[in-house]
Amino acid sequence: MDAHNPHADAHKDAHALVAHAPPGLSWLARASIAAYLPSIAAGMAKTLEWMFRPAVTLRYPEQQYKPRKGYRGEHRLKKDEQGRPKCVACFMCATACPAECITIVAEPAPWPDRDKVPAKFEIDMLKCIYCGMCEEACPCDAIELTETFTQIATTRKEKIYDKERLLKN
Amino acid sequence: MTWLWFFAKIGVALGIIFSLGPVCIMGDRKISAWIQGRVGPNRVGPWGTFQPIADILKLMMKEVIVPDGVDKVLFLGGPLIVFIAPVFGYCVIPFGNQIGEEKLQVVNLDIGLLFIMSVLSVGVYGITLGGWASNNKFSLMGSLRASAQLISYELTFGLTMLLVVMMSASADPLKSASVDLSKIVLHQAEYGWNIFGGATWWGLPSGLIGFVLLFTCAMAENNRLPFDMAECEAELVGGYHTEYSGMGFAMYMFSEYCSMILSASLIVTLFLGGWSFPYLTDPADHSFLAGVISIGVFFTKICIILFLYIQLRWTLPRFRYDQVMSLGWKTFLPLALVNIGYMAVIGVFLEKP
Repeated sequence: MDAHNPHADAHKDAHALVAHAPPGLSWLARASIAAYLPSIAAGMAKTLEWMFRPAVTLRYPEQQYKPRKGYRGEHRLKKDEQGRPKCVACFMCATACPAECITIVAEPAPWPDRDKVPAKFEIDMLKCIYCGMCEEACPCDAIELTETFTQIATTRKEKIYDKERLLKN
Repeated sequence: MTWLWFFAKIGVALGIIFSLGPVCIMGDRKISAWIQGRVGPNRVGPWGTFQPIADILKLMMKEVIVPDGVDKVLFLGGPLIVFIAPVFGYCVIPFGNQIGEEKLQVVNLDIGLLFIMSVLSVGVYGITLGGWASNNKFSLMGSLRASAQLISYELTFGLTMLLVVMMSASADPLKSASVDLSKIVLHQAEYGWNIFGGATWWGLPSGLIGFVLLFTCAMAENNRLPFDMAECEAELVGGYHTEYSGMGFAMYMFSEYCSMILSASLIVTLFLGGWSFPYLTDPADHSFLAGVISIGVFFTKICIILFLYIQLRWTLPRFRYDQVMSLGWKTFLPLALVNIGYMAVIGVFLEKP
């Protein structure tokens, strides 16, 4: 370490004062116990005060955290008035996705008002970073992040959400 | 009848230790939670009160793993020694006033104070042996720290006890000083608690300093935070009980609380007037009711001291090892010596018969 580094010296000085008080200072070290006691009393008063404050924790299964509006949780694929998925398989969301977790396979649409619909629409929830870029990129307002934050699965496979799962959200 | 009394007294003494032990474990967790703005264990039983039972049951069910290369006898004997010592020490603590002819004390030893002193230091043998037998560097370091700490603080501990003995002699020159714990308590009941200087006004500073010293040393000897250098998990994995699992670990953990209770009882006995409380207990009243009240007073005092122990644990950060040593040798030992010197010199000048 650089001996002329002022920070290194300051650290050394502080250490010397606390740990190895020079002989001339030993009365100070001895007096420090008396100085320490009021601090302990102050600390005890503080902890006593905290003991009577209400707990800040949520008792999870009974009390649930309510996310604010705009929270970015699990995805949802929206449906239009006739119950068809809004998605037109334009790949905008998959392109925008920084984590590359969206897989889309398109097929020709059975309806005259659009060219394509997704045959497969998968999001790997383990890769997703919940940034909301897909939501912003979507030209049809078909994908959206919900406020669901509890995601439970026992296998990795379950965490790859397909179209049906996303439409259900 | 005598035997009945004997067993009843053993029952009460053991009852205090074994009922307060789980309460301490629970209190430790609950109070830490409250201080940190949490709720603490609240799932097992009403308000989580069965949590310590669940803890102990869990640890009992677990396998006791004896690693290769350990000294088996010492490895399994360590927890036993450390567990027996505080229970053994409790037999000389006077936990109540007399009922009829029976002193509420399992054994009325004349050398009660010396007995407590020796038994308190036996506990560290369990820690040292356990750490050494584990055949693990970190365990050995932890146990060495425990024994170094004990030796350092035992001096101050003993000197402070000596102060108490001097105080019990100071009021009445005709009475000789005693190391009999029941006599020390009786003296305090009659003349005033030792924390307030016993019988005399000039003993007040001495009593206060002595109380602080004894309290801190008891904490250091029990390896409680802020003095838990022996199991400092930031530096030494888990300290002396790194290799222990299941019941061995449970005994180490439980014995820490047992020796806490013993130390609290000792502090109460030596400085806070034992079972006596002004206007509530009368040393001359030997009825059954008075005896029960005195036990209640003693119990309440222990609980207050234990609460202080636990609150201190969650208030203060852990000391560094060199700080512990320099506090013990450079601050506490001189302070205790000066304290005793003050008591002796002033006592001779002011209380000359």
